[in-house]
Amino acid sequence: MSQPPDGSPNTPLLDRADVRVKHATGISGAFEAFITRVKSGDLGFLPVIVGLLIICTVFQILNPVFLSSANIANLLFDSSTIGVISLGIVCVLMVAQIDLSVGSVSGFASALVGTLWVNQGWPVLLAIVAALVIGALIGAAYAFLFNWLGMPSFVSTLSGLLAFLGLQLFLLRSTGSINLPFESPLVSFGQLLTVPNWLSYALVALAAVGVFLTDYRIQQRRRTSGLSTQPMGTVAIKALAILVGLELIVFYLNQTRGVPWMFGLFVCLVIAMNYALKQTQWGRAMTAVGGNPEAARRAGINVTRIYMSAFMICSTLAALGGVLAASRLASASQQAGTGDVNLNAIAAAVIGGTSLFGGRGSAYSALLGIIVIQAISSGLTLLDLSSSLRYMITGAVLAIAVIVDSLSRRSRMSSGRG
Amino acid sequence: MSEHLESAVPRGEPVLSLRGISKNFGAVSALTDINFDVHAGEVVALVGDNGAGKSTLVKVLAGVHQPSAGEIFFDGKPVKLTDPSTALDLGIATVFQDLALCENLDVVANIFLGREKGPWHLDEVGMEIRSWTLLNELSARIPSVREPIASLSGGQRQTVAIARSLLLQPKLIMLDEPTAALGVAQTAEVLDLIERVRARGLGVLMISHNMEDVRAVADRIVVLRLGRNNGILTPDASNEELVSAITGATENSVTRRAGRRAQREHSNEASS
Repeated sequence: MSQPPDGSPNTPLLDRADVRVKHATGISGAFEAFITRVKSGDLGFLPVIVGLLIICTVFQILNPVFLSSANIANLLFDSSTIGVISLGIVCVLMVAQIDLSVGSVSGFASALVGTLWVNQGWPVLLAIVAALVIGALIGAAYAFLFNWLGMPSFVSTLSGLLAFLGLQLFLLRSTGSINLPFESPLVSFGQLLTVPNWLSYALVALAAVGVFLTDYRIQQRRRTSGLSTQPMGTVAIKALAILVGLELIVFYLNQTRGVPWMFGLFVCLVIAMNYALKQTQWGRAMTAVGGNPEAARRAGINVTRIYMSAFMICSTLAALGGVLAASRLASASQQAGTGDVNLNAIAAAVIGGTSLFGGRGSAYSALLGIIVIQAISSGLTLLDLSSSLRYMITGAVLAIAVIVDSLSRRSRMSSGRG
Repeated sequence: MSEHLESAVPRGEPVLSLRGISKNFGAVSALTDINFDVHAGEVVALVGDNGAGKSTLVKVLAGVHQPSAGEIFFDGKPVKLTDPSTALDLGIATVFQDLALCENLDVVANIFLGREKGPWHLDEVGMEIRSWTLLNELSARIPSVREPIASLSGGQRQTVAIARSLLLQPKLIMLDEPTAALGVAQTAEVLDLIERVRARGLGVLMISHNMEDVRAVADRIVVLRLGRNNGILTPDASNEELVSAITGATENSVTRRAGRRAQREHSNEASS
């Protein structure tokens, strides 16, 4: 048992007074605790990281271009658009709801930006803001239908899928698609702009230092308050691993195109969402509502407002994803947001480890999940395989992800981890 | 503690008064014209058979259900308990029979649910310290406050639920079957805790099927039968009185056994 250096060895720590509980200590202890957690069904990001390693190995053997710096940069550009949509899906899945209309909403938003900006001559920023506001209103409408009319989100968003696809086709009825000006900042943001090399290294270093300082301060506070602490070695190793790992990736990307700004925006959104879900009262309420809505209500949480926020964030991010997709393709077309966009966004969240059963998930699952999906898609494109195979493989990966979710849930129940 | 000397006499001002509370679910009247008071520093036990309306009454007072008729006075002022947070804000804390904990959250998150420290940046360390302090006050045996509630036993969950109700320093605590899931030692601890809460001048409304527990801590016993008031007794009322008030019959197994025992003692005396 670790003792605070300043405390007397005879007074037990506040959280270590119970002698019946085994507490892992040190770095080996942290590793043992991780194994125990995995065995009891709390898998975290393990399945998605293992899956990503397998996918990368297979495609790299089949085609050495796959892991080239330029291809990865391209992959990150492509991941960002659906990734942002998937981040919204994480929100609704957290409260055990679903939004099936994110594809249509994204397509509608891109059509709206094209119409307002190119055809109507609005300033581009204003057009984007208008699309985001419309997205938020769509989410508010779903929440209204769910909260006050008791309409299952499965059905309301399914009807939304059709309705907003129709609106998108209506907006683009005359031309079929609107080309966005190629020299505009929006299009270069989606196709060309990357973070300057020095800035990318600096940002990664800043992130690692931030992680270290936060952890260090928490451990200090725990020590002075008489709670158990992690050894400083663990804290330092974690921060160092983040620093070295990310700097290497950034270094590799900087060999050719660099880190896309669009991917940077996506990562910022993921970090912000992770903070909101894990570190704020709102995030706690989201998790509680997903786990047990009645308990949350009795604890005085405004459950309807939480559902409202989840649906609104999801639709707003779907609209933002649509805008990013338009900038990526330099056009707002009738095909935008149709096909597999919807299901890829939902699949990414689930593959990344957000539970379909609510109350369990992380913003990072959108990031990891969409990279898995885009890796499959990019690998198959490099092999010149048709989209038929891509659909089948993505479908199989999704099925595996849901099976892992269900099995780990069963395992959690049998070992009492909810 | 000197509560036992003045058990029948309410000490403080009434914290909570119910006047003519009724609750209908469609055609079913769960509660009809309920009246009683809970005073500060008093433990009122609410007893009744299954389906007598005890849990419905608790849910009305917790703001989960709204009464169909009647008035609730809290601290002498009429109040409308429209939702659970109104009741919590007034200072009515409830430990529900179905404990209303989130199984996917850990102990700290459950204790502070809806009342977290630092809404924009959760003060996890502060909340963990406060949780341990509360749990230690209840001499709780919780292995770790960072485990999900799902891994705890029934008694441990009960302790977490009670700790949560104390967090907000309420004026009135309602406990719905607080000892039903507990072992002998934990039951004694909860009863001790109820006495400690009363000594701090809080009102306690306790629902129990266990007459021993009721007698051990209650100052007054309010009996419900089929959703109506059926008498207010003192803890020194006899078992027969209590059972007949609860069941509405003067002729039942308890009275018969008491009768037989009296008879046997009588004949023993006669033979010796």
